Amino acid sequence: MFTSVDDVSARLAETGYLASPAVATTVFLADRLGKPLLVEGPAGVGKTELAKAVAEVAGARLVRLQCYEGVDESRALYEWNHAKQLLRISAGRDETWDEARTDIFSEEFLLTRPLLTAIRGDEAKVLLIDETDKADVEVEGLLLEVLSDFQVTVPELGTITATRRPFVVLTSNASRELSEALRRRCLFLHIGFPEEELERRIVRLKVPGLDEALARSVVRVVGALRAMDLRKVPSVAETIDWARTLLALGAGTLDETVVRSTLGVLLKHQDDVLKATAKLDLEAL
Amino acid sequence: MTTPAGVAERLTSLVGALRAHGIRIGTGETVDAARAVEALGLADRELLREGLAATLLHGTGGRQVFDPVFDLYFPRGVGDPEQKAAGRDELRDRLAAALAADDQALLGRLAVEAVDGFGGYGCAPESDGWSSYQTLERLRPQTLLARVRDDMRGRGGSPGFADRLLEDEIRRRIESFRALVAAEARRRVAERRGRREIARRAVAPTADQVDFLFAGQARLAELRRTVQPLARKLATRLAARRRRASRGTIDLRRTLRGSLSTGGVPMKPVLRRRRPARPELVLLCDVSGSVSGFSDFTMLLVQALHDQFSKVRVFAFVNRIDEVTGLLRHGTADPEGLGARIEAEATLTGWHGSSDYGMALGEFAERYGDAVGPRTTVFVLGDARTNMSDPNLPAVRQIAEQARRVYWLNPEQRSRWGTGDSAAPAYAELVEMHECRTARQLSALVGRLLPV
Repeated sequence: MFTSVDDVSARLAETGYLASPAVATTVFLADRLGKPLLVEGPAGVGKTELAKAVAEVAGARLVRLQCYEGVDESRALYEWNHAKQLLRISAGRDETWDEARTDIFSEEFLLTRPLLTAIRGDEAKVLLIDETDKADVEVEGLLLEVLSDFQVTVPELGTITATRRPFVVLTSNASRELSEALRRRCLFLHIGFPEEELERRIVRLKVPGLDEALARSVVRVVGALRAMDLRKVPSVAETIDWARTLLALGAGTLDETVVRSTLGVLLKHQDDVLKATAKLDLEAL
Repeated sequence: MTTPAGVAERLTSLVGALRAHGIRIGTGETVDAARAVEALGLADRELLREGLAATLLHGTGGRQVFDPVFDLYFPRGVGDPEQKAAGRDELRDRLAAALAADDQALLGRLAVEAVDGFGGYGCAPESDGWSSYQTLERLRPQTLLARVRDDMRGRGGSPGFADRLLEDEIRRRIESFRALVAAEARRRVAERRGRREIARRAVAPTADQVDFLFAGQARLAELRRTVQPLARKLATRLAARRRRASRGTIDLRRTLRGSLSTGGVPMKPVLRRRRPARPELVLLCDVSGSVSGFSDFTMLLVQALHDQFSKVRVFAFVNRIDEVTGLLRHGTADPEGLGARIEAEATLTGWHGSSDYGMALGEFAERYGDAVGPRTTVFVLGDARTNMSDPNLPAVRQIAEQARRVYWLNPEQRSRWGTGDSAAPAYAELVEMHECRTARQLSALVGRLLPV
């Protein structure tokens, strides 16, 4: 898919995803080694976006499995379309049992869910397993089979093996510890907060109307907030929100009043707002 | 595999060094790493670093160990730098410029030059060692702060709001330069003494392996930040255990009774219902100077786990005991100041300031005896050093009789129990005592001992 790490960065950038060297390297390796990519990091740094960007670059279809507590095999892999099966049975009243039985467990009545969808067919696909940590431990067992051999067994149909391996991205906020076995099957990537210069470029890209000097100040203030010991430090998504807010307010430069009145866009806890206000000397006015 | 032989050898010794630091790496990962090297080539060191980290590590925890070890095995350069450092002042000038520009690559090169120029000690060329301390002492990068700031202000033009952040930013840059110097000094020493030896000794252990009793302020702060993730990890483990435990055995009597309606065919197995266990926890924490880091950490951990228990009560003592449950509850936002808050708001000392286990435990048994019942698990945290006073064993015996279980977690090395004024062996005869020196040990113990 990619020829070099630089190629990865360049082509991701075309889709509007600016990747750090670490991100580009890992994506390149995941593609080369044909291994799933486990992405961890704080909320709002672009883990899900990465999968979308890769899909766009590769011209692949994005298949997404959103995990949640209680997601199970029938939501992740496949289930039988019972209603249609019943219709089929009642439609053919005078056939023998054997005919009816072999019929109703065929492809026609199979509802494929994300994992099976990603494995079947010849088109290029990116499989995004989002918030893996939200799913129960049992689902991880399911993922192990799918991710190591890229095959799924449907008892009535037999084993379905991928003819073309999808590019797999798993994301996690680490709210639960993923099993060692799952981690071993993946390349690991931690996306942290970007370097100052990269973040400035991201902000400029996402908020085109913002002028260079203001973007610089925005990123610096956010950087200072991240260095404080807050309950929830602002993420890239919040930086962009803030930049948009400032643009909408028509603020040309940052000053105490503007920062104080818009701090709520960046910080989500009252304790944090108080702490930041004190540390940034905003109460001086 | 077309990896050059030298690289394969270097890779396996890198893996060996990482394993020696407790990072679990299987052969499969090593093979993946070799494939990564092949795919990436050796030209760009930072890409190689990221590639190897992605294939060898499985979580964020190992990165702190990985980076310095990587620096040793895949060094920036070998031997002396080509360019000899000129004078100290000249180097400081260039350093100031690099700090102002925040040029990482240049800072890296300057670190190499600085160690080469000022870090060497010993007279004979063969006995030369390299010291980052000496380099930084001679170079004093922290004194460049004002100069860099004025320089940047001068060029920045209009003083905006973000200007007030400048000093902190420069301070962080200087800090990262110091780290570069340290890495370079380690590399030079490693060249002389052998990598394996240095990789083993000079790389700081991960936070969860730091000894509570010997951790400095910075390490303790770092440790406190690991409380939340650790608590989450433990909570999952406890929840899984609870789920397993609630799947009971078949209740034969009720199954048969239910089968009456189906003519004696047991259609529905009835599972024996468990009495819902409601574990209660009481923590007795020695918060005197020597063990306070350990107690702080454990208190925060238990507090973060509080939704796993029906009731948690925390008592702190030095030589008098007082309940601090309330202080801990609304203190979750500020773990740093916990120790100070406890000291300020609770009565922990009587006539003197040194810890007295006998006194404190006696007072607990007397005043708060009703906090301990048959459902309560008690954890005592402390080194059991009584400062030569009476250990008051009857009090401990009384607590142990009232409680469901009593565990004593001792942050001291087992071999030191009983030396000097330690009453550990005496207490250990009455209650189960465990050595608990690091966060890793603590989380293993908590996972094992907590009632579910």
